[in-house]
Amino acid sequence: MIELIDVGKVYHASAGDHRALEGVNLRIEDGDIFGIIGESGAGKSTLVRLLNLLERPTEGRIIIDGSDITDYQGRELRELRANIGMIFQNFALFQQRTVLQNVTFPLEVRGGKKEANAKRAHELLRLVSLDDKASRYPSELSGGQQQRVAIARALANEPHYMLCDEATSALDSRTTVQVLDLLAHINAELGVTMVVITHSLDVAKRVCNRIAVIDEGHIVEEGKTADVFANPQSDVTRELLDWGYKRTDTPDGKEEVVRD
Amino acid sequence: MIEFFDKYGALLAQGTIDTLVMSIASCVFAYVIGLPLGIWFAVTTPNGLRPNKAVNTVLGWIINIGRSIPFIILLVAIIPFTRLVVGTSLGVPGAVVPLTVAAAPFVARIVEQSLAEVDKDLIEAAHSFGASNMQIIMKVMLKESLPSLVRGVAITFVNLFGYSAMAGTVGAGGLGDIAIRYGYQRFQGDVMLAAVILCVVLVQVFQTFGDWLARTIDKR
Ligand SMILES: Nc1ncnc2c1ncn2[C@@H]1O[C@H](COP(=O)(O)OP(=O)(O)OP(=O)(O)O)[C@@H](O)[C@H]1O
Ligand SMILES: [Mg+2]
Repeated sequence: MIELIDVGKVYHASAGDHRALEGVNLRIEDGDIFGIIGESGAGKSTLVRLLNLLERPTEGRIIIDGSDITDYQGRELRELRANIGMIFQNFALFQQRTVLQNVTFPLEVRGGKKEANAKRAHELLRLVSLDDKASRYPSELSGGQQQRVAIARALANEPHYMLCDEATSALDSRTTVQVLDLLAHINAELGVTMVVITHSLDVAKRVCNRIAVIDEGHIVEEGKTADVFANPQSDVTRELLDWGYKRTDTPDGKEEVVRD
Repeated sequence: MIEFFDKYGALLAQGTIDTLVMSIASCVFAYVIGLPLGIWFAVTTPNGLRPNKAVNTVLGWIINIGRSIPFIILLVAIIPFTRLVVGTSLGVPGAVVPLTVAAAPFVARIVEQSLAEVDKDLIEAAHSFGASNMQIIMKVMLKESLPSLVRGVAITFVNLFGYSAMAGTVGAGGLGDIAIRYGYQRFQGDVMLAAVILCVVLVQVFQTFGDWLARTIDKR
């Protein structure tokens, strides 16, 4: 379980301070696929990056599985991160490593034996149906395949949590569905708790059992996905829903008016 | 033609060997110094792995000063240092020291530039998998920039090849030395031409090989 208690984040920049999050209280239960939606610049990435301390909160505490991780450093921090897989919008695969070597990377950094690492990586590549591409390089794969490799890599250390920052934004809608179904499968079969940032309500609707709506650094609404969609409590959510209802991305990337 | 090679073949062969030894040795030593320096410089930049303004500024000065001293002046200016290191300021060893000193800051700069090209997202991803800074340097930054680093080695080597000709002035030998001694001082244009052609051919060969190697290992 992940708990955020009164979490805030202020970025210090030469141009001045910028408050990205304020008074965030959140609880993500084991087994959740927890969606975070909100407009661009709302603070979604910041929120998720706090969970594995890629960013440090400037206020509040973060509790994971009962331990306060807020001040973790060094070895403790690296152990924590091994337990939290992460995938990215642009996949972030190592270009000079083969698919297999990408998947073994998180194992390598923890010092596993080479053969054991490779064996585990092959298992994971079978899980994402890409074992036949093991010796290829990322540049030889499609976007959807690259994201599946990234998912395999994120699972290498058998994490309990997985963070997905706009993981399907760079993919067309058919590939998006494949990747989302894979994430749902991993959640169901391996029990990995997921935190999924998305700007697509379709994505949220398809996989998330709970969602939080974030606006200008504040959580304005949080609850079961169905409830939030059926009965939005905040103006921001209504606006988002309204927008999503009128205009839906079609497979060829054009926007199409569904109903108005 | 045959007569020419009978007479000067051994001289030109020795010159080629001297030039190669000078260039290769100083290239290796320049990387021994410049590579860690370049990594340190890259890592301490404001958005680097371990930002450190003071260290970064000082390294920047050293590197820039090193690169701005004309080689011919450096060659003479550090003669006492050269003697201290290799016991002589003459011959091939006497040339390798100033060549190394001249090339090391250059190497540091191009290494830093290669490392700066590495996608920030990859470093972030590595962090997210619990990699330490040292692992990120070795397994991500150096690995991902390897083709670019190889191109840097080729450029450095070719530059050193050219600079080693100037080192001829301290009696270091080599093709450049031959070209100057025979062409400029003894007016034997044919020997000079042969030495210059050898230089051109060797530079072409190394540059082409470097480009090919960089292309081959680049999987992007
Ligand atoms: N490193 C940083 N330094 C300064 N400000 C930052 C930094 N990272 C993010 N911000 C600011 O914090 C705010 C929240 O950013 P964040 O990336 O969390 O938004 P987001 O909801 O993920 O947006 P998007 O949907 O565009 O990805 C933005 O105003 C952004 O400009
Ligand atoms: Mg974002």
